[in-house]
Amino acid sequence: MATSTVPRPGRETRDSVVIRFAGDSGDGMQVTGSQFMLETALAGSDFSTFPDFPAEIRAPTGTTFGVSAFQIHFGGTDVMTPGDAVDVLVAMNPAALTVEVSDVKVGGTVIVDTDAFNERNLKKAGYAKNPLEDDSLAKYQVLKFDITKLTADAVKPHGLSSREAHLCRNMWALGLLLWMYGHERTATIEWLNRKFAKKPVIAAANIAALNAGHAFGETAEMTEHMVGYVVPKATVQAGRYRTVTGTEGLAWGLVAGLRAAGIEKMVFAGYPITPASALLHTLANLRAYGVVTFQAEDEIAASGAALGASYAGALGVTSSSGPGIALKTEMLGLAIATELPLIVIDSQRAGPSTGMPTKAEQSDLFQAVHGRNADAPLAVIAPTSTADCFDIAIEAVRLATKYMTPVIVLSDGYLAHAAEPWRIPHEAELPRFPVTYRTEPEGFHPFLRDPDTLARPWVKPGTPQLEHRIGGLERDYDSGHISYDPDNHARMTKARADKIAGIANDIPLQNVSLGEDHGKLAVVGWGSTFGAIHQAVKIARDEGNDVAHIHVRYLSPFPRNLGDLLKRYDRVLVPEMNNGQLVKLLRAEYLVDAEGFSKVTGKPFRVTDIVQRIRGGAPPPSEGSGFGGEAG
Amino acid sequence: MTVTTITDAQLAPKDYASDQEVRWCPGCGDYAILKAVQKACADMGVVRERTVFVSGIGCAARFPYYMSTYGFHTVHGRAPAIATGIKLANPDLDVWVMTGDGDGLSIGGNHMLHVLRRNVDLKIILFNNEIYGLTKGQYSPTSRRGTRSPSTPLGSIENPVSACAFALGAGARFVARSIDTLQAHLIATLKRAQGHRGASFIEILQNCVVFNDAVFENITGKEVAPDAQVLVEHSKPLLFGKNKEKGLRLKPGKLELEIVPAAPDVLVHDETNRPLAQLLAALEPPFPVAMGVLYCNPATSYEREVVVGSGGSLDALLNGERTWEVVP
Repeated sequence: MATSTVPRPGRETRDSVVIRFAGDSGDGMQVTGSQFMLETALAGSDFSTFPDFPAEIRAPTGTTFGVSAFQIHFGGTDVMTPGDAVDVLVAMNPAALTVEVSDVKVGGTVIVDTDAFNERNLKKAGYAKNPLEDDSLAKYQVLKFDITKLTADAVKPHGLSSREAHLCRNMWALGLLLWMYGHERTATIEWLNRKFAKKPVIAAANIAALNAGHAFGETAEMTEHMVGYVVPKATVQAGRYRTVTGTEGLAWGLVAGLRAAGIEKMVFAGYPITPASALLHTLANLRAYGVVTFQAEDEIAASGAALGASYAGALGVTSSSGPGIALKTEMLGLAIATELPLIVIDSQRAGPSTGMPTKAEQSDLFQAVHGRNADAPLAVIAPTSTADCFDIAIEAVRLATKYMTPVIVLSDGYLAHAAEPWRIPHEAELPRFPVTYRTEPEGFHPFLRDPDTLARPWVKPGTPQLEHRIGGLERDYDSGHISYDPDNHARMTKARADKIAGIANDIPLQNVSLGEDHGKLAVVGWGSTFGAIHQAVKIARDEGNDVAHIHVRYLSPFPRNLGDLLKRYDRVLVPEMNNGQLVKLLRAEYLVDAEGFSKVTGKPFRVTDIVQRIRGGAPPPSEGSGFGGEAG
Repeated sequence: MTVTTITDAQLAPKDYASDQEVRWCPGCGDYAILKAVQKACADMGVVRERTVFVSGIGCAARFPYYMSTYGFHTVHGRAPAIATGIKLANPDLDVWVMTGDGDGLSIGGNHMLHVLRRNVDLKIILFNNEIYGLTKGQYSPTSRRGTRSPSTPLGSIENPVSACAFALGAGARFVARSIDTLQAHLIATLKRAQGHRGASFIEILQNCVVFNDAVFENITGKEVAPDAQVLVEHSKPLLFGKNKEKGLRLKPGKLELEIVPAAPDVLVHDETNRPLAQLLAALEPPFPVAMGVLYCNPATSYEREVVVGSGGSLDALLNGERTWEVVP
């Protein structure tokens, strides 16, 4: 096996590269991308990925709505987004080409499998003529290979059927791309051997295709079309690293939070929904850590079971996406009224209603902060990256148990699936915040409040002499018994609001992620847009603009200095993947003249969208800002 | 796990009453049910701190406030889901779900179906008064056709659901029926449920004196009761009438019951026989309505089959299969 661990002379250097693998949903583009990611990680680069797959499980072959893509951005300097424009597009068929090619940079590389550009596939993709035979792709460097035939030749010794051989095409393409960037193949070969342990012939054939793709690059290198590249290693904090998706981060963070709180058991109740189900699947394998998963009959029952578990002294967690969160609203009200801990993880997606289940949006902020009957405050927090998902889940456990309150974590469909490198913390460096269950009968009543946090005591049923009744009916401040007294209701409404507002004293002050704490313009974001905003602000600052990046992780309550901070800037711009929600909360809370900047295309912000807006120009036309409307 | 040193074996029914004033309408059947539950608890030596009464919304749902155990008055129809969560968190708790015909079979019908199907170890007591009481008298899913109510001024045009037939259809493994006024029978039935492991479902015919008074009079009236009810007991013949002079048997050649004079070919009740339970659950006038344990056939309950461990190494979890080291 020929490996090229040392970059060969003649390779060109690139600071960072964006590659997109695209093909039919049956072409294995997600595994191809994931393996490329792994080899990239092992090569020491920083990276960020964006899987983009169709809602259909297996759309008809060759159609544009069946195109599945995986994008990876990797490089030596801090890579914070999956990248705007694509340097290399691998298009396994005409449908993938037509859907994805507009994102390729002028002068970028497009690699196609010529065999797939037959009359039938061209027609399905809506091409009147073969784009490989006219000048429609003139602004790109198109590398035309008969990948189908080259793969078939490579796997021939293994005696596969033509259909089986066809399924190895993705490994050939992967092999070629690994060669282009000087990456190893070892981890992929190990993975293939593991995956096909029971089908060694299939494993061997895939490895042969992988090696053939690699060898093709090696031998074709000196031709005018094929150039190898070298991408420098990233300089990152020392430690042990792995890749992490937002889903994994949340699942492990919940387990770490359970440990930190010293709670014996977590009951995670969910109902299948895209893109939140992955969390249920991940936690279902963590029984050894005190995790009980429960697939309920509906979203309501999932939230009910989680709340019941919290009532009984376990950590109750439920998860869903927008339409499912709507169904949990009633139970959130009960959790607020009975002041029990409950963690709700919302993997936001484009809506309203069913909307676009596989496309990310940040449009549940209003629902999370205000979407309940009556005055029903709770805590809302949002992770800024896949790695932050781990920390935010721990923080959700801390707040829920310390303040006896529901906490909504606003993740999204992008964070759920995207992956980044993550420095693995040691258990010893994780926070500790052990909970205390009340066992002392003397002076007990169920709504006796801690003077500092205003939280009521948590009592496990099973505790002698603390038998008590709680429920959704209003209760007396002083005894916990049912009360319809008007003044008492006013007092309890205020107590519930003050308890949540008081969390502001127990969270970090709002920091400025980049730039000064005053100036001409603050770009204020929340959630998964962190990377795009950060890069954009960096670019704009390098151009000499007076601009800062502020990213709000705590959305209810806001950090206590946020209002003062925002008032130190002449302008406040709020990019959001919704029609203007945070911007309205900021305006309402602080009377600041914040401007909204919406993107509601179901795709993440591109760095250039935000850079253009900071410069004061309109967003670039191709794909655009989606909505482009001003909010607020 | 807290271990209690207090034994509640000697407690009297009144020891299961909380200090809260009971606020049902005077003459409501719920008083009799509360009394029966407290008596059953005393007889069974129910440990108060290990016991949780969970309810949804409605008149019946006030029940937990009147018990000196733990209690959770939740939201409309969802008590089975919340009770499931409680059992998943702590399988050792003794958990009761107190519900009604609207709460359990209308807004909470879906949860009822699934909690029975899963066989979660809960006692589910459904107060059936065939009306929405707390919202002032609308027809319910168990109201008979023609029921006139504020929302059906011309009479209901809907077919009612049979609570016990629903429970059996959902796969319940303990299904019983009793009546608020049949105190001794009700207490005995509650005790059977308390002794059962798994979901035990009891429908209690309960009179609403304000909005649906005497709706069960054709079954429970002193004069008609002996002919209008058959009290079923395991391995006893299905006899009824003032002098047990009538019986139920399978109509020859058909899968249906018929009324015959007491004779050796009268069916003997077998509470482990689901098809028989289904036939009995479906009986309605002019047949006698079946009271007692219609079906009891225990199996391992849901929460006992849940596998959960503890103490897994967090470092092992976080490190996983593939990591790489970055050296300073």
